[in-house]
Amino acid sequence: MSAERIYIYKRYERFWHWSQAFLIIIMMISGFEVHGSYTLLGFKKAVQLHTLAAWSLLVLWAFTIFWQFTTGEWRQYLPSLKNVMAMVHYYTIGIFTNAPHPFRKTVVQKHNPLQRLAYLALLAFISPLIWGSGLLYLFYGNWNELGLAGYLSLEMVAIAHTVGAFMITAFFFIHVYLTTTGHTVFAHIKAMITGWEEADEHHA
Amino acid sequence: MNTHVRRLFAWLLFAAAATASAVEAPATPTLAAAVKATTSKSTTDHSQLDALKGPFKSGPEVTKACLSCHNMAGHQVMKSIHWTWEATNPTTGKKLGKKWAANNFCGSPLSNEARCTSCHAGYGWTDKNYDFSKQENVDCLACHDTTGTYKKFGTDAGHPLYADRDFEPMEGPPGKKLFKAPDLTRIAQHVGQPGRANCGACHFNGGGGDAVKHGDLDSSLKNPPRELDVHMAKDGANMACSDCHTFNAHQPSGSRYAATAKDKHGFDLPKDDHNRATCESCHGFKPHQESKINNHTDKVACQTCHIPEFARGGVATKMFWDWSTAGKMDADGKPLFIKDDHGHLKYSAAKGDFKYGENVRPEYKWYNGVVHQVTITDKIDDSKLLELNRVEGSAADPNARIWPFKVMRGKQPYDIENKTLVVNHVFGDDDTSLWKNYDYAKSIKAGMDYAGLPYSGKFGFIETQMNWFITHMVAPKEKAVPCAECHTRAADGRLAALTDIYLPGRDRNAWVDLFGGLAIAGSIGAGLIHGLVRVITRRRKENGQ
Repeated sequence: MSAERIYIYKRYERFWHWSQAFLIIIMMISGFEVHGSYTLLGFKKAVQLHTLAAWSLLVLWAFTIFWQFTTGEWRQYLPSLKNVMAMVHYYTIGIFTNAPHPFRKTVVQKHNPLQRLAYLALLAFISPLIWGSGLLYLFYGNWNELGLAGYLSLEMVAIAHTVGAFMITAFFFIHVYLTTTGHTVFAHIKAMITGWEEADEHHA
Repeated sequence: MNTHVRRLFAWLLFAAAATASAVEAPATPTLAAAVKATTSKSTTDHSQLDALKGPFKSGPEVTKACLSCHNMAGHQVMKSIHWTWEATNPTTGKKLGKKWAANNFCGSPLSNEARCTSCHAGYGWTDKNYDFSKQENVDCLACHDTTGTYKKFGTDAGHPLYADRDFEPMEGPPGKKLFKAPDLTRIAQHVGQPGRANCGACHFNGGGGDAVKHGDLDSSLKNPPRELDVHMAKDGANMACSDCHTFNAHQPSGSRYAATAKDKHGFDLPKDDHNRATCESCHGFKPHQESKINNHTDKVACQTCHIPEFARGGVATKMFWDWSTAGKMDADGKPLFIKDDHGHLKYSAAKGDFKYGENVRPEYKWYNGVVHQVTITDKIDDSKLLELNRVEGSAADPNARIWPFKVMRGKQPYDIENKTLVVNHVFGDDDTSLWKNYDYAKSIKAGMDYAGLPYSGKFGFIETQMNWFITHMVAPKEKAVPCAECHTRAADGRLAALTDIYLPGRDRNAWVDLFGGLAIAGSIGAGLIHGLVRVITRRRKENGQ
């Protein structure tokens, strides 16, 4: 019995995903060191690494936004409330009773409805919070020239940035766990590496 | 961390550093060493001048000879704080200077002139009726001797010895020692620009001995290693004091009564006022390659990071002086002097108890340019510790920066009824001075009578502290204070006492950390539990089939 295979993640998309994953992990580790949660590299190196990773990620995002719009892939992030309840039902009950996955990935629809909502929340809320506060933090020395000094305090900006950091870290762990919910534990990760998604032969 | 990850980190850091240095070129000041040649560039060889043939028998004779050519010099010096020992605090308008400002060392030069004025830029200030208008009493040689042999004698009111003398120092080893008189004629013929040792003869010995007062100025700076002072080291910039404390018509730049808290002018160019007594005068506003470090300069003085410790040259500085215990006698009824294991006097019958410090980490305070200096005539509050020169400032003050200080602590006499500090007559070969008679009742009365200040006759001792700016002994950049010594949650972080500013790495919002931590733990826990239930239900099913 041969499985049905579809080419779902293109080469750039996979490069983007894994380099972004790497940079975000670097930023989580160095960021919480800057926050004072532990000592690993030392404060100075942690700040330097965090800053470098931030600039790298901004460059990566510039290319990725361009890619999303030129390929039309941005539509993958449009939310839809349809079938959200079916997804919730699957994750809370179906997955334990070996019920079939209610969503079938296709090239034009690679995110299930719950994923779409989660990524939209990430893009629309967590990401502006982190980037906004992060860039203000980075350009603290230019607040006077930017006319911001009267409206902001370092404490405000730092705390907003920390809130964002906790959110993205929580998201990261949930995201990693959910990759194990494919038809095999590593099926999703394999797809993100090779680009090819194997449809679950059992339910195909 | 495995080696691959480590190598990757290293590569990333290297890339960061390379990018940063490519963006902003480092600003390095022109090293004065390049300018200073070993041979004199002076257009005058003083040893050839008729006026300096001599022989000279006294300091004032030399001065007259100097003034026969340098006919404005005397008038210039006589306007300077080195001559008047008076200053007006530019921010508070209060009259200060050695004559008025209180300290917790020996106190006031009044009634102790002959000893204290051994550091006056003049001759013969023996009492309060000194004539400040006689220009032949200006001491040119103290600053302009280049032979290193000129020395004002400790007890002769600013004069050097004119004949060899047998003398027994009060706190030295018992017995008389021969002190040689300097050769004034030779010295007069070898005058030049002041070097480190000239200024140091007084400023390294403030408080009556090497390193006593400042903490960042002592004899180790005459010829310091680079590690100790990157500016004054011969293998550093080999600078003299006056390269920063620039003189204009014999008026020195820089003042500890109102040190420039935040230089807003920057580079001192030839068109400017020739005041270089700030780091920014030579280094500008953006001296670092990394902008994150430059961003600190609005709130942190350069000295705070670049002088990691003071008294680093091997000479201990006094940190504590308790006058209240003075006067103890030994079994033979002789004044008691006790030295510690390092040979430092820890008890003196004349002065009380001392504590010393070497390689001392400074204390850090906000400072906005305003110093509230107590004078010997001010009413004081004796219900609490008296801060003799409170420095003003806070995190919210745009003119304030975090500065390093040596905080000198001690106990000193005061008038318990009039609530003023007192003039203590410590020095003098008479029947009232403390160092001859060991009796405060007599010495304070004599001091106050002499100064013409009201005194109730009742004295006590008050705990005082004094802030001494730490601005010298600048270490090479690789020895600057590492970021993590301030940006740390550790209780002994350098800025632990400054709680009115948000310091990344130290400060956080406890609620954000609590709920954020719960969110992360929750997301990990939810995955673990969900996964576990999946494993269990699958097993059951497999077993069931």
